[in-house]
Amino acid sequence: MVIGNGSTNGQSRKNGNRRRNGKPSKYSAFSLLRHGLSQGADWPRAWREHPIRASYDVVIIGGGVHGLATAYYLAKNHGITNVAVLDKGYLGGGGSGRNTAILRSNYLTPEGVRFYDRSMQLYEHLAADLNFNVMFSRRGHLTLAHNDSSLRTMRWRAEVNKQQGVDSDVIDPNEIAKLVPYLETSPNTRYPILGALYHPPGGIIRHDAVVWGYARGADANGVHLHQNTEVTGIDVADGRVTGVRTRRGRIATGAVVNCTAGWSTIISDMAGVSMPVTTSPLQAAVTEPVRPFLDTVVVSGTLHVYVSQTDRGELVFGASVDPFTSYSMRGSLEFVEGLAGHVLELMPALSKMRLLRQWAGLCDMTPDYSPIMGPTEVDGFYVDVGWGTYGFKAGPVSGEAMAECVATKRTPEIIAAFPLSRFDAGELVGEKGAAAVGH
Amino acid sequence: MIQLPCPWCGPRNVTEFSHEGEPATRPDPGTATPEQWRGYLYFRRNARGWTEETWYHSAGCRRFFRLRRDTVSNTALPAGERAEGSA
Repeated sequence: MVIGNGSTNGQSRKNGNRRRNGKPSKYSAFSLLRHGLSQGADWPRAWREHPIRASYDVVIIGGGVHGLATAYYLAKNHGITNVAVLDKGYLGGGGSGRNTAILRSNYLTPEGVRFYDRSMQLYEHLAADLNFNVMFSRRGHLTLAHNDSSLRTMRWRAEVNKQQGVDSDVIDPNEIAKLVPYLETSPNTRYPILGALYHPPGGIIRHDAVVWGYARGADANGVHLHQNTEVTGIDVADGRVTGVRTRRGRIATGAVVNCTAGWSTIISDMAGVSMPVTTSPLQAAVTEPVRPFLDTVVVSGTLHVYVSQTDRGELVFGASVDPFTSYSMRGSLEFVEGLAGHVLELMPALSKMRLLRQWAGLCDMTPDYSPIMGPTEVDGFYVDVGWGTYGFKAGPVSGEAMAECVATKRTPEIIAAFPLSRFDAGELVGEKGAAAVGH
Repeated sequence: MIQLPCPWCGPRNVTEFSHEGEPATRPDPGTATPEQWRGYLYFRRNARGWTEETWYHSAGCRRFFRLRRDTVSNTALPAGERAEGSA
């Protein structure tokens, strides 16, 4: 299936130009049939290109799932359409296209569980809402416990989850073996599996489709998407944001939302706002495709690995963040060696599988493994950062909440626990036990 | 492979080391303000480019030392040494 991505590639230029500024049509079985009969020659672009205006009501920096969702909900829920999304590269080229696309809401704190569960609710209806197939696959999520302290944390999480109405429970190795037949559940391994937190609503999704769907939805509602538009400065006068400087000129605006994840301290520094954030790469890898055999998402904190099988049959492996800060997105051999060893501890049958590729994305780590959302000491400068290793699953709820925050100038209840000021008050929201595999 | 210059052991693979991060001076508990504590505990420069930081040679001589590292290319130099063209 061909989905126009709004970039200026040369192919189908004739149709692209003709269609570029027409409103995108609705995708349906009928349109699929019609465009199929014409061999896809006149599929409209999924979103349009516009010249940059001299001013916007809201400028969102970062064209990933968070930035695009914020723009979409600003337009859809609040009628604010004079909005620009700026990205220094292409849409979805950062963390949104580099994560392992796992969705779940089985967190540790009540604040976290409520927040991520709202995201799951939005994801559940996202395909219909955006008229875009995001390929959400609810298949269950298992977090393995290999020692007593992990098992204790799983019980704790299960109880917090149940209290918040989230389906989550601890199961024993016999039940795990039924769910995941290829898992090594014998007690004679180096890290025997003692139990697992089973979260049936968890699953995986096509992360690029979420980005494209939000971009298309934002565009259809009048938002301008500017790719290859790197921000070089933010103008602040008398404690208020007045504009954004980019490589393509200055934009006057009274509201800026920083949705740049791994690069969030660079953007915040431009506005003179300090962040308790450090940036580290997280590496992931994918194998060649094989027949479907793994129905659930399997996570092991002790072995620092998570595994899922895509709809195409590839196994996607993720890990914990690299053990030092860096803005480099190069992969390392040490990572692949460690990952392969850990995966084979879990599933020895995979020893003949070949890795296709590995990659890295940047994570903006906070001290408490919870995000930083809302207004800052600079009037009109909002942040949606600190997304560490858990940002993709929070895209929809973050967009919804940040849009409300910018539109109403009030912090919505659902993100009230995550302000930047919590580090002054010492009111941290400790999620490390549920948000990270490397602890 | 990323190599770090240990002042006692010479260049070694980064996997031998533990990253301690940007040096932060602990304020005097008797006089520190909440803002000073906050800065010491949580706030870092998170520099993109050359930065000075503390590492621990955990799988080697088990000593702490300072070095300068470019966080984009992961080129590392002994503390105080400047790479050509670096800030």
